[in-house]
Amino acid sequence: MIKEYLELQKIEGPLIVLSGVENASYDEIVEIKCGEQIKHGKVVQIYEDKAVVQVFENTAGLSVKDISVKFTGKPLEISLSKEIMGRVFNGIGEPIDDGGDIYSKIKRDVNGRPINPVARKYPRDYIQTGISAIDFLTTLIRGQKLPVFSGNGLPHNNLAAQIVKQAKISSSQNSDFAIVFAAMGVKHDDAHYFLRIFEESGVLDRVVMFLNLADDPVVERIITPRCALTAAEYLAFEENMHILVVMTDMTSYCEALREISSAREEVPGRKGYPGYLYSDLASLYERAGMMEGASGSITQIPILTMPNDDITHPIPDLTGYITEGQIVLNRDIYQRNIYPPINILPSLSRLMKDGIGEGYTREDHPDIANQMFSCYSKVQEVIALAQVIGEDELSDIDKKYLEFGREFEYRFLNQGFDENRDIEETLNLAWEVLSILPQGELDRIAPEMLKKYYRG
Amino acid sequence: MAEGVVKYINGPVIRADKMDKFKMREMVTVGPKRLIGEVISLDGQIGTIQIYEETTGLKVGDKVESTGMPLSVKLGPGIVGNIFDGIQRPLNYIFNKSGGYISEGIGLASIDLNKEWEVEIIIKNGDEVESGMFFGKVKETPLVNHYLMVPNGIRGKVIDLKPRGMYNMEETLLKIDDGKEIHEIKMYQEWPVRSPRPVNKRMPIEKPLVTGQRVVDTFFPIAKGGTAAIPGGFGTGKTMTQHQLAKWSDADIIVYIGCGERGNEMTEVLEDFPKLVDPKSNLPLMNRTILIANTSNMPVAAREASIYTGITIAEYFRDMGYHVAVMADSTSRWAEALREISGRLEEMPAEEGYPAYLPSRLAEFYERAGYVDTLSKKEGSVTIIGAVSPAGGDFSEPVTQNTKRFVSAFLGLDKKLAYARHYPAINWLSSYSGYLATLDGWYRENVDEDMMKLRGEMLKILQEESKLLEIVKLVGEDVLPDEQRLILEIAKVIKIGYLQQNAYHKEDTYVPLDKQNRMLKVINELYINSREAVKLGVPISKLRGSEVFKDVIKMKYSIPNEYKDEFKDLEEKINDYFISLKKAYEG
Repeated sequence: MIKEYLELQKIEGPLIVLSGVENASYDEIVEIKCGEQIKHGKVVQIYEDKAVVQVFENTAGLSVKDISVKFTGKPLEISLSKEIMGRVFNGIGEPIDDGGDIYSKIKRDVNGRPINPVARKYPRDYIQTGISAIDFLTTLIRGQKLPVFSGNGLPHNNLAAQIVKQAKISSSQNSDFAIVFAAMGVKHDDAHYFLRIFEESGVLDRVVMFLNLADDPVVERIITPRCALTAAEYLAFEENMHILVVMTDMTSYCEALREISSAREEVPGRKGYPGYLYSDLASLYERAGMMEGASGSITQIPILTMPNDDITHPIPDLTGYITEGQIVLNRDIYQRNIYPPINILPSLSRLMKDGIGEGYTREDHPDIANQMFSCYSKVQEVIALAQVIGEDELSDIDKKYLEFGREFEYRFLNQGFDENRDIEETLNLAWEVLSILPQGELDRIAPEMLKKYYRG
Repeated sequence: MAEGVVKYINGPVIRADKMDKFKMREMVTVGPKRLIGEVISLDGQIGTIQIYEETTGLKVGDKVESTGMPLSVKLGPGIVGNIFDGIQRPLNYIFNKSGGYISEGIGLASIDLNKEWEVEIIIKNGDEVESGMFFGKVKETPLVNHYLMVPNGIRGKVIDLKPRGMYNMEETLLKIDDGKEIHEIKMYQEWPVRSPRPVNKRMPIEKPLVTGQRVVDTFFPIAKGGTAAIPGGFGTGKTMTQHQLAKWSDADIIVYIGCGERGNEMTEVLEDFPKLVDPKSNLPLMNRTILIANTSNMPVAAREASIYTGITIAEYFRDMGYHVAVMADSTSRWAEALREISGRLEEMPAEEGYPAYLPSRLAEFYERAGYVDTLSKKEGSVTIIGAVSPAGGDFSEPVTQNTKRFVSAFLGLDKKLAYARHYPAINWLSSYSGYLATLDGWYRENVDEDMMKLRGEMLKILQEESKLLEIVKLVGEDVLPDEQRLILEIAKVIKIGYLQQNAYHKEDTYVPLDKQNRMLKVINELYINSREAVKLGVPISKLRGSEVFKDVIKMKYSIPNEYKDEFKDLEEKINDYFISLKKAYEG
């Protein structure tokens, strides 16, 4: 028998407290009926006969009396089938397009469970994005989680859209792919932009969208990526599809987490974010990967805007500790009118070492990528020096470095939104730019490779 | 059996009533799924329990059952080559039970007790034995002889000894009569993870843990039985460095604790290590490796326990007379687990929300390292190498600072070096090793009288370079006198040709001490000769572009680890070059 409770003890922000509760279980979903409205929440704390419930939707309009609360006895589940492709859901997985409900026997707990490390397959296949800076220097691997660290006003949405549009997997099974898109606290026009891009690139019927927009309830935001990843896990590991998950904006997600944490009067960690921010983010990011026994994969591209462009802020910092690298966008480069404005020095792909080189991209790839990082980092030193003593006073070799830096940024890094470069083209371009420097400066490239590819 | 009743649930922390019969730090099972937990505080009837699994679905009124023992591990054959979760449950067992995802309510599990092992008995009926003495031997892997030891607290006369043969773990192999009681001894023993295992006595540290990594072995050596920390922001290569040490260091047993890190990294170890071959024995490295995995999305309380599980296993193998190296990646995640649980207990936070007992916990952990004389009078050691992940890459945060107090070697990773892809990105200016003086004798005896002296010279050049670079930043390199520009060039040779080491290169990934020493000598030779040449007025540009400079930089690749005359040839080439150069300039 399911009991209904007709009175609340307290409403505080997104939390409600009930007393006299019997048999409530931790993390279960409750249904709150208030007049005509039905809202949902989940149990976040139980103390004797008191239960603290976090309400997903806005608590405005709720009152302590005139209410009916039902405990469902289940964690939050969503219905899944292949029919979810091409559909649009709200932040807690309810359809909001005109397609009607999803009917399926398959229901999954949105919290997911940790993948057993022995059940994982180590990701090795690279994804060609057609963007030189990414393919060459921070290669994306199928099953990787590679976030974009951006700032407000930087073109991270364009970059993500371009990746979605151009992503091509090296091996043959290109057809069985789909995109899961989770929007957390994004603006209406941003959501619309993605919708348009999906439409233009003809993938709309392969996209599953979970939208929690900027004016949607904050608490819902906590559930949105979980619904999206549950859908992704289903498609990848049960339907054996290759899934690209784009999650934006992780900063809004973390802020929602902080808001709830402070409503629950928890002890705050750095900058007021809860102490469990790391574990919480890990419970999302670690859902990327490949598993034994399934041929599908989940590749994640979370997007986050660094508050005040600060990479040491807890959100990018903790994200970087969990994800397998990062692509960092930079405002200075953007202001020089370069797209995509990727700062390659702090950018990194941890999995690329096993997915590039002979048999994957080209034999010379690891060496020249390494060389490019090292030379570009030298360029920064030369620029700093030039600012002090003036460009004219630089030694000849330093001047060469400056020239290399400029060519690198304007010819290699810079590319059009519709420009799709294949890996061969990218590597040749890299050699062209590196060949500005005399051969003696290229100390990280094996002599055979220099002989074969150097064009100075 | 004592039983409590759940009253309060908040994530991994629960409180229960009627807990007065429970003991502090006792292992308990909770609820119908029998989740595993540990009592962490008792206050009258109310007990607080941390749960090692997800608490979803737990209810007020659920039962808490006692197990009568503290959180322990089973120690016996079957540990090496295995991968466990934070409370020593084999991940393969969990996989067979719950599939690709880890679910709660698996129950307690440990090494496979049904497996049969061939036991060689090495004592006789009637022998007097005491704790820690060996009574049998099992070939656990081709690399590891697992010695069976008399459990702690038991001594007496051996009776009913079984002969050599195949036995499973539950069979009694012998009985020990201590005059009052008869103890049945099996192949395994249990040990509570939070207590250090006893030793006969601690011994002074005097041998290095040879890692084959030049920057570590030459510049900042780690000692067997010592402690080291590797701090670094994300992307600086902590895990890579830890993997390199796990692969190549000359320990007998490696315990690798993946504490709150990435799932794919554990998978990488699982896929790579069976393929990698130990340079000494030519057998796969997995034969000496034990993995403990609590990835970042696995329950946080088990993360706190994983460190203790790992170190207890390490001590057990140390007691057999092995040199064990423990890699903890990362201790910061462990400290954060402490913080998270402390927060849920509503304890008063100290610095940055960490509990006030963080330093004492860190000290307890690192002090379990040591070079010891075991109860069986053998020499064994536990070396701890802990990675630290400071928030924002800032070394002034509490975990890094407190770790610094308790470790002797500090290998600070540097973001700038990592950005320039200088790996291992160990910063030679901020790192240090407290073992230089203690290991000096060993290096003199086993490598070369001069090696540590040369190390000092090289470090001096690097120090000087960093000072000169400050000036270069302001005025450019061209205005420096040639002697100083030579310092910059030699520093470059040291950095590229010596400190940078390529983990993916067949020869360079592991370099024996002897080759390291020869390389140092060559660089020194080059330096002394060039200094003389500069004094004679040879322009720096001529030296920099010369063949010998390039050869020295490339020697790490071009001279194999099992070199013959290559070093001699290179040294002759350098000498010849400079002799002819000097002739030309002396006129």
